[in-house]
Amino acid sequence: MSKSNIELQKFRTKRGKRLLTHLISTSLQYKLWIAFLLLLIVLGLIGYYRQLRYGLVVTAMRDYTSWGIYISNFVFFVAISLVGSLFSSILKLNKNLWARPLTRISEIIAVAAIICAAVIIIVDMGRPDRIFYVITHLRIQSPIIWDVIIISTYLVISILLLYISLLPDIALCRDRLTEIPKWKKTLYRITAINWHNHPKQIAMLQKVNKILAIAILPVAFAIHTVTSWLFATTWRPGWDSTNLGPYFVSGAFMAGAAVIIVAMYFVRKHLKLSKYITNIHFDKMGKLLVLLSLVYLYFNINEYLGPAFKMVGVEGEHITELFVGNYAPMYWFVQLGGLILPIIFLMFNRFRKPLPILIISIFVVLGAWFKRFLIVIPSLQHPYLPIQGVDESYLHYNPTWEEWAITISSFAWLLLIITVLIKLFPVIPIKKYKQGSETIFKQNIF
Amino acid sequence: MENDTTKIPARRKFLIDLSNGSVLAIYGLSYNSISSCKQASEEKTTLMTTDGKLVQVPNSEIEEMEHLSHGASPKEARKGIPGKKFVMVVDLAKCKNAKNCIEACDKHHNLTPDRPYIKVLKMQDNEKSAPYWMPKKCFQCDNPPCVKVCPVGATYKRTDGIVLVDNERCIGCRFCMAACPYSARVFNWGAPPEGKLDIPYSPETSLPSQIGTVAKCDFCPEMLRQNKLPHCVTSCPNGVIYFGDEIDDTVTNGEETVRLSTLLKEKAGYRYMEELGTKPRVYYLPPVDRLFPFEETTQENS
Ligand code: SF4
Ligand code: SF4
Repeated sequence: MSKSNIELQKFRTKRGKRLLTHLISTSLQYKLWIAFLLLLIVLGLIGYYRQLRYGLVVTAMRDYTSWGIYISNFVFFVAISLVGSLFSSILKLNKNLWARPLTRISEIIAVAAIICAAVIIIVDMGRPDRIFYVITHLRIQSPIIWDVIIISTYLVISILLLYISLLPDIALCRDRLTEIPKWKKTLYRITAINWHNHPKQIAMLQKVNKILAIAILPVAFAIHTVTSWLFATTWRPGWDSTNLGPYFVSGAFMAGAAVIIVAMYFVRKHLKLSKYITNIHFDKMGKLLVLLSLVYLYFNINEYLGPAFKMVGVEGEHITELFVGNYAPMYWFVQLGGLILPIIFLMFNRFRKPLPILIISIFVVLGAWFKRFLIVIPSLQHPYLPIQGVDESYLHYNPTWEEWAITISSFAWLLLIITVLIKLFPVIPIKKYKQGSETIFKQNIF
Repeated sequence: MENDTTKIPARRKFLIDLSNGSVLAIYGLSYNSISSCKQASEEKTTLMTTDGKLVQVPNSEIEEMEHLSHGASPKEARKGIPGKKFVMVVDLAKCKNAKNCIEACDKHHNLTPDRPYIKVLKMQDNEKSAPYWMPKKCFQCDNPPCVKVCPVGATYKRTDGIVLVDNERCIGCRFCMAACPYSARVFNWGAPPEGKLDIPYSPETSLPSQIGTVAKCDFCPEMLRQNKLPHCVTSCPNGVIYFGDEIDDTVTNGEETVRLSTLLKEKAGYRYMEELGTKPRVYYLPPVDRLFPFEETTQENS
């Protein structure tokens, strides 16, 4: 859309103008960004085509390291999808009004991440053509089935949460935006499903929203706990731990908060929303991130101290490998750069400003990704019985280009879904209703 | 092994049985079993195909494929052989890493040497104790973690104690590989080495293997159905591996047949990592009073 569209479009309020402009104007930057993402996706598709054609042999996974970065990436996506529940449930139910403008971004990220998690797990399958066997031949005692059930539940609730809170804003777009192409008008008309701000509709929406906000909390905890059980139900060193559930959940909240900070920064910059996403938000998110990181640190200590103290058999080998062995550089980068240093830095005011906190959060996100790598891969390389009599390539795991291409393209998918959703729908909730005695009018005052 | 296990003939007899009872495959024809095999002329042989038709095939077109014997269909294979509980006892005192078991297994299951079902591991429990060889295959656990985690029931436990994999059901999630504490499972990462085998799939032979699915030692149920011993047992030159039935309380290594309970009692049999609670069906006899010195390379395995 050209500039003239924006000029023609009349906004009733300044606020409306600020929050809706990005829906009708498309910058060159945006187009380049989309093109870049599509390029990455195409690369990933080439990698996946090769994998479909020749089998998983194109990956570096072999009989001992039988799970690789697909699985660690899956765990990462599940982790960041938890952030939706953090905002739309925990912070909302606690009446943290400052977090309201961030709710939608977090819900969008949650939906995108859980979709990507579901897709990447299919990519990992040796026989994706038999995907429906998990329904037709399901055996309920398998933790994979629990994961399938809980992920689909979470996906549905996340989409509902996002969609229902979007409804009034979609209706607003339908009613106010005149200078938009026809398909967009149709899109808004259909997705707004006859929303007319009728008091009855509003009452219902608020009720449903509340139910969902409560319902998503146990599901969110369950989704990552069950994912941790995929590991905790086996005997592998580092997995065979009762600590794994809370360890995963706390790590997920930390990673999710960092992802939100990164998203906030770019959304604010590119959509020019500094009036709505303010320094105060970065400051508060910084404090929240410290809190969540401290919880994660606690579970980290729990996870490693016991085994490192006892150094029993393969568990000891595994710990040695992480602390001083081949994986030591990655391990200490993750623990120091992705956990301890961010906690220390974020304790100071001046690091909770947008740019410093962005950089710190990027480190936290990177740390979180590699942490999942360290959780999945080294454990598999320390079985009880020695690894002998197999091909040399079975002893190491260095992901192939196909694996990297597919993994990177899964991130491109994630960003593409997020970008498109932000482009189509208002990213900051616009419509406000009175909710009981609480005046929500103040929510975006910052 | 329908009758008393003690009557199992010696290994030599088994080898004869093996070649006599071997299945013949005809070029271009696929079939399950042969019910008739008589000489029609000097050049032709009459054979029966799977659909019951009698055909004549020139002798030059007949190929012997003794290692591709046919097992039960995926559905039948889930049942198990009635009245049996198969066990294996591996005498570590006798193993000198001859690796004949690996060879025989690879041959009969069409495996490449880089990813065998059987491994002979060099074990040393601590610095002071002497190293020994430990042949290791799937332990056919009675409380099998691999079966518990399978989301689609592609791997299952049979009434006769054997744990099998159904390659037509497996979705390739590899959860069972992560769950097996004994690293007994291998995966068909790429296309099977044998190319396309024109025989119907059977979980009892694990043939033909399928890309993107998991596989492992299967205790050769198709041999057991014919009252024969698994290939690894018959191929071992040192009689290391005893195989038999827990209900009959007898095991044999092809040469001698002994009471399972007596053997385990007298030689202090144990199961590997009993503390995991997997209840393996493979027992080990400790490597005491060894028949051979421990050598890394011998004539047999080099
Ligand atoms: S040894 Fe491993 S593959 Fe075999 S039955 Fe036990 S757990 Fe399953
Ligand atoms: S890889 Fe196959 S046999 Fe193993 S758990 Fe998955 S579906 Fe079951």
